[in-house]
Amino acid sequence: MAEEVLIWQALNRALDELMAADEDVFILGEDVGLYGGSYRVTEGLYAKYGEWRVRDTPISEDSFTGLGVGAALMGLRPVVEIMTVNFALLALDAIINMAAKVPFMSGGRLPMGLTIRTPGGVAKQLAAQHSQRLEHTLMNVPGLRIVVPATPQDAYWQLKQAVLSDEPVIVLEHELLYFHKGPLDPTAPPPPPHRAVVRRPGRDLTLVAYSKMAVLAGQAAERLAEQGIEAEVIDLRSLSPIDWQTCVDSVARTHRVLIVEEDCRFAGAGAEIAADLTERCFTQLEAAPMRLAGLDMPTPYNGTLEAQTIPQVDDIVAAAHRLVKEAS
Amino acid sequence: MDKRQALAFLHDMLLGRRFEERCAEEYMKGNIAGFLHLYPGEEAVAVGVIHACETSDYIVSTYREHVHALVRGVPAGEVMAELFGKRGGCSRGMGGSMHLFDPQRRFMGGYAIVGETYPVAIGLGYGIAMKDLPEAVICFFGDGAVNQGTFHESLNMAALWKLPVLFVCENNQYAIGTEIHRHSAVPEVYKRAAAYRIPAERVDGMDVLEVHRATEHALQQIRAGSGPQLLECLTYRFRGHSMADPGHYRPPVEVKAHQQTDPLELALRELSLVYPTPEQIAAAGPDALLKLRQYCFDQGHLHEEGFEELERQVQDEVEAAVQFALEAPEPTLDDAWQALYCNRRGEILI
Repeated sequence: MAEEVLIWQALNRALDELMAADEDVFILGEDVGLYGGSYRVTEGLYAKYGEWRVRDTPISEDSFTGLGVGAALMGLRPVVEIMTVNFALLALDAIINMAAKVPFMSGGRLPMGLTIRTPGGVAKQLAAQHSQRLEHTLMNVPGLRIVVPATPQDAYWQLKQAVLSDEPVIVLEHELLYFHKGPLDPTAPPPPPHRAVVRRPGRDLTLVAYSKMAVLAGQAAERLAEQGIEAEVIDLRSLSPIDWQTCVDSVARTHRVLIVEEDCRFAGAGAEIAADLTERCFTQLEAAPMRLAGLDMPTPYNGTLEAQTIPQVDDIVAAAHRLVKEAS
Repeated sequence: MDKRQALAFLHDMLLGRRFEERCAEEYMKGNIAGFLHLYPGEEAVAVGVIHACETSDYIVSTYREHVHALVRGVPAGEVMAELFGKRGGCSRGMGGSMHLFDPQRRFMGGYAIVGETYPVAIGLGYGIAMKDLPEAVICFFGDGAVNQGTFHESLNMAALWKLPVLFVCENNQYAIGTEIHRHSAVPEVYKRAAAYRIPAERVDGMDVLEVHRATEHALQQIRAGSGPQLLECLTYRFRGHSMADPGHYRPPVEVKAHQQTDPLELALRELSLVYPTPEQIAAAGPDALLKLRQYCFDQGHLHEEGFEELERQVQDEVEAAVQFALEAPEPTLDDAWQALYCNRRGEILI
């Protein structure tokens, strides 16, 4: 039975169920306990499970993320919340050098059931140090899994699947999606966490996006449909690995692909997607894959400028028109 | 301290010394590659500390960890094979010298980024405390690692939550080539623990008995639930930082002076039947060991033959380890993929 919930509520419910089911699951991070999490995701869990399982940490990202690594080595299932992805830069040693590599360096002898949740993205005038995404950095690390939920249903299941997995998984959440509403049906069978999904079928071009940009791509597709262009919308759901087959199948139908990302264009996730799809679909493509991305600029504080640095629905619509025109 | 334990100490120190000397030879022959950080001079720390642990305790180590692993009981052949990059190595040839792992013996790794051992150790400590288990964690680090942010972050959390972690500083007085007075505003590492109200002690890391006594004491406190402890062992590495480092930055007179306090020599002198208690050593004053050696010679207690026998036995062990490493197969790329995806439980991702 589906009910309408906000994404933070879906995440909260997933954590609650995981903690109730398994005493090895524990949460740690800044203000996750008494305060309830800066985006309410851990609300109520401290009261229910106590401070050893919902641990408020000092502001020490590298060490408390590394603490998660150490705990995972003994078979526990830590869920580390890094308050924003910007602070994850301080924890990159624990994430990249430790979490991603220890299972490998041990010759496959150690588990790493570590989940790292971290909100990111361009929110509302948070300025350059609080407005970015790090997927380009994390995608380049073998051994890490990255999921990017855009709906309550995905947020709920992907977090659950991440915690139950013995691999290190980063859940990249978007700050502007926490209060995004959608159906959640915990009884529906979950898709594999890394499979992409066609959110909307179409014949004229494929829009490949993820996280908040998948939501915007859906809105753009509605607008395009009114203008006689049928866009197929793919929500990648996972950035490592990427479900290429779903993309390739779509391109075989549409022959055009527009990749939309919020991150900076240069050496970003979109560059990888464009390059790979070119290799895989070269003969199917009627035009070079097009990328729509954030400007290669730190995010300005000014609200008008901020909006101009990242793709908006209008930009997606205009780019789709250009692509369809170029290729016809 | 009975004779059997004393002999076990001596065996492990000797094994550590010979193993490392052999590593240097094998490195020159080209059987070992990459960075190779050797331990001669510091054996009393590994032996004194790890012999005071239970087998259920966890050990987290640095990149200079071969002897920690050996003393912990990781078979010498598996350690050597790992240095050779072979499939029979304790990390299946994927880790190498700086990344020895043996989960079965709770040897939770050598970490090659300075300062990484603390977070791993407090993570293990957190799990132990959360589940209220009787175990402890030993976290080794060098003096060069105390200026990393993780030292302060992790000690703070360990103290805050009373985690069962013994932080063991192997203070060999050099951060690669930078002498401690040039890298630390407070060169007495143990004093830094006071900032986090962590009980700390500085001991002579060239004296295996003292290290052992201090570790036992600290672990007692930890198991009683008092939270973390810190032990600073003053020691000295006889070689450079790594095989690529001849150590020219150290005055020869300094190296020589420390070699005179060779822990192996000291241990030999102590192995004199009339085994001294720490109190006796303390009572005898700073020259205790030299005095004791003289006493043992006078009494005819030194077992020259027994020692030679032990040395032969250790040489055989090292030789067997090298043979095992030489004969072990090379890992395949498939082994590497399996190591990377070891935690997938056969799951097909997409």
